[in-house]
Amino acid sequence: MQPRTQEFSKLAARALGDTQVQKALLGLQTGFDQARQRAILELTPEAWDRLRDRAREIRRHTLERLDYYVGLLADNVVRNGGAVHFARDAHEAAQIVLDIARRNGVKLAVKGKSMVSEEMALNHLLAANGVEALETDLGEYIIQLAGETPFHIVAPAIHKSQEEVAELFARKLGTPEGADAEALTRIARETLRQKFLQAGMGISGVNFAIAETGTVCIVTNEGNGRMSTSLPPIHVALMGMEKVTPALEDLGVFYRLLPRAATGQRATSYFTLVSGPRRNEDEDGPEQFHLVMMDNGRSRLLADPELREALFCIRCGACLNACPVYRKVGGHAYGWVYPGPIGAVVTPAMVGLPKAVALPFASTLCGACREVCPVKINIPRMLLKLRADAVEGAPGQRKASWYEGLTFRAWGRLMRSERTLARARGVAVFLQRPFSRDGWLQKMPLPLFYRWTRGRDFPTLARRSFHELWEDELRTSSPQVPPLR
Amino acid sequence: MVRASLFATCLVDQFFPQVGVSTVNLLRRLEVQVDFPVGQTCCGQPAFNSGYRSHALPLALRWLDLFQDSEYVVVPSGSCAAMLKVYTPELLKDNPKDAQRAVELARRTYELSQFLVDVLKVTDVGASYPARITYHASCHLLRELGVSSQPLALLRGVRGAEFAPMEAATECCGFGGTFAVKYADISTAILAGKLRAIEVTEAEAVVACDMGCLMHMGGAMRRRGMKTRPMHLACSHVPKSSPS
Ligand code: SF4
Repeated sequence: MQPRTQEFSKLAARALGDTQVQKALLGLQTGFDQARQRAILELTPEAWDRLRDRAREIRRHTLERLDYYVGLLADNVVRNGGAVHFARDAHEAAQIVLDIARRNGVKLAVKGKSMVSEEMALNHLLAANGVEALETDLGEYIIQLAGETPFHIVAPAIHKSQEEVAELFARKLGTPEGADAEALTRIARETLRQKFLQAGMGISGVNFAIAETGTVCIVTNEGNGRMSTSLPPIHVALMGMEKVTPALEDLGVFYRLLPRAATGQRATSYFTLVSGPRRNEDEDGPEQFHLVMMDNGRSRLLADPELREALFCIRCGACLNACPVYRKVGGHAYGWVYPGPIGAVVTPAMVGLPKAVALPFASTLCGACREVCPVKINIPRMLLKLRADAVEGAPGQRKASWYEGLTFRAWGRLMRSERTLARARGVAVFLQRPFSRDGWLQKMPLPLFYRWTRGRDFPTLARRSFHELWEDELRTSSPQVPPLR
Repeated sequence: MVRASLFATCLVDQFFPQVGVSTVNLLRRLEVQVDFPVGQTCCGQPAFNSGYRSHALPLALRWLDLFQDSEYVVVPSGSCAAMLKVYTPELLKDNPKDAQRAVELARRTYELSQFLVDVLKVTDVGASYPARITYHASCHLLRELGVSSQPLALLRGVRGAEFAPMEAATECCGFGGTFAVKYADISTAILAGKLRAIEVTEAEAVVACDMGCLMHMGGAMRRRGMKTRPMHLACSHVPKSSPS
């Protein structure tokens, strides 16, 4: 998938004007965000906070020794009879999967939900080479039929109404019009069930990969994940290299955090552990197991002490649900795989900051993301760092608007000298006079600033600044009212 | 006697001086000896938040120099206080001469409600305001400084005021500094939800501790002809709709 991160403003405007998208986003707030809050209350906020700190410790420990744990994971996967593949970038990773498919004459692959495969644009590459890749997660299936990308990292098709899905199914699958949710799910399930049996390959994502046992853990609410890992003769699991965790017991922390943060659930419907291919004594399971570990910009995050914590992310989506900007513009506006606050941090590392420069600025820095994050990632601070990189960073990384640069230079001059500032304000107070309506401006004929008055009045400069009031009256005056004590 | 230096902030200095006047009067009534280091301008937040750290740096140093002898620095703005307390020491951390001074001055710097409640230990400042009011929790005040109960305690102490809690009071109003012009349409779309929440309270005034949020909400309330007025916590009376 080609990043459309440069089109952020345009895509955001489209989402703002789309009533269905706005309705869905409102639902996300009540459905996910409030459910999360209830789940935390139920567990008790203190216990929740302890879990978060514990999770942070595990993540910090792991990332400090990432090469060691990745190596350990690889060794143990091989010991279990699986194969391990390392990919530097998304392109390489997709090529690896294609090669496995080709070597084994695979014509049809069934896929569980995997954001990493979205980074790889895997479906496109496979299709272009004669391998059909079929999404089996209901949400992913819907957006695959619609030819779209995930709208949300946990609920990829949340932006679509039931009517839209019914219409889509009618068009693509020839189902009767106006089917209800239950019927639609049944239709999807029946269509997919046959495919599971025909598929030569199952592809899945990975939520956690346990180094000491060589096990991958997949957390889902639909049985499709388990079927794509167990029915086809080959299972290919895709992961970002940061998904490794040292020990099985770590899941005791992460599995209590992830469902609660994501959907407010105490547990998901399915929790799958896969340790390699079928063994002699096993009755079923795939004959081959492949684990693809992908870097794709992650080592760039790892190398930057100010951004490293972004790799703590367990992809729960809570920061999206809490973000005032995501709640208005939705997932497609961000123009690539990962939307919302965490998307604004990781996307620049993956597609390059100059291309994704709109994203770190598309935030009010309100801090809601940090507050809800189950691993307490300080996302606002990272956005600030990326903004600084974009404006004053290394030449290849920079991407600032010259107009804004000039504005800030002028502003800086004013703010560094109170005398210049006072002179400039004198002129401005004079100039604003004819436009003032009771101390407010309804229009500001200045580049950039004119946008303020599209929806809001702007205050005029006070006739006398606080500096003047202080000098003229306050400095020597006593309080207007007698003291309290 | 407690001595405090007012860091008025650029918005108050240039646009809303009455907030500064109210702050000074309020502090003096509590027998704080207030001074105002002349020549102060801005904490640098607009530049810092937009990535222009090189323009924020001289302002950080200016703050250090102007306030170095202050016992306390009081700031009537959550986000500017967060800039000074949280981000400025970080901005100066590789500056051997100033790093330590910045940490120490940051420690003596307080947002107004924080100063009143945590340092002076007062929640009743003798204010009276016989009207229905509501409160918006500004993001930086709440999440960078962790100030949540202090403004509410002060509002509870206002005689005659009827407090109408706002739904989702801790949610962002959509201001975000330069975000408000850079992504003006997203900013006002977020604001629309806040305005609805304000409208439901039927309050005469929406109180906050940050003129950034208040100028954003107030500008829209005026545009829409809403009866609610923006009001800074320091003002014991509603400032006239005109900020001049
Ligand atoms: S950054 Fe935190 S809240 Fe956002 S998806 Fe990752 S873990 Fe969840």
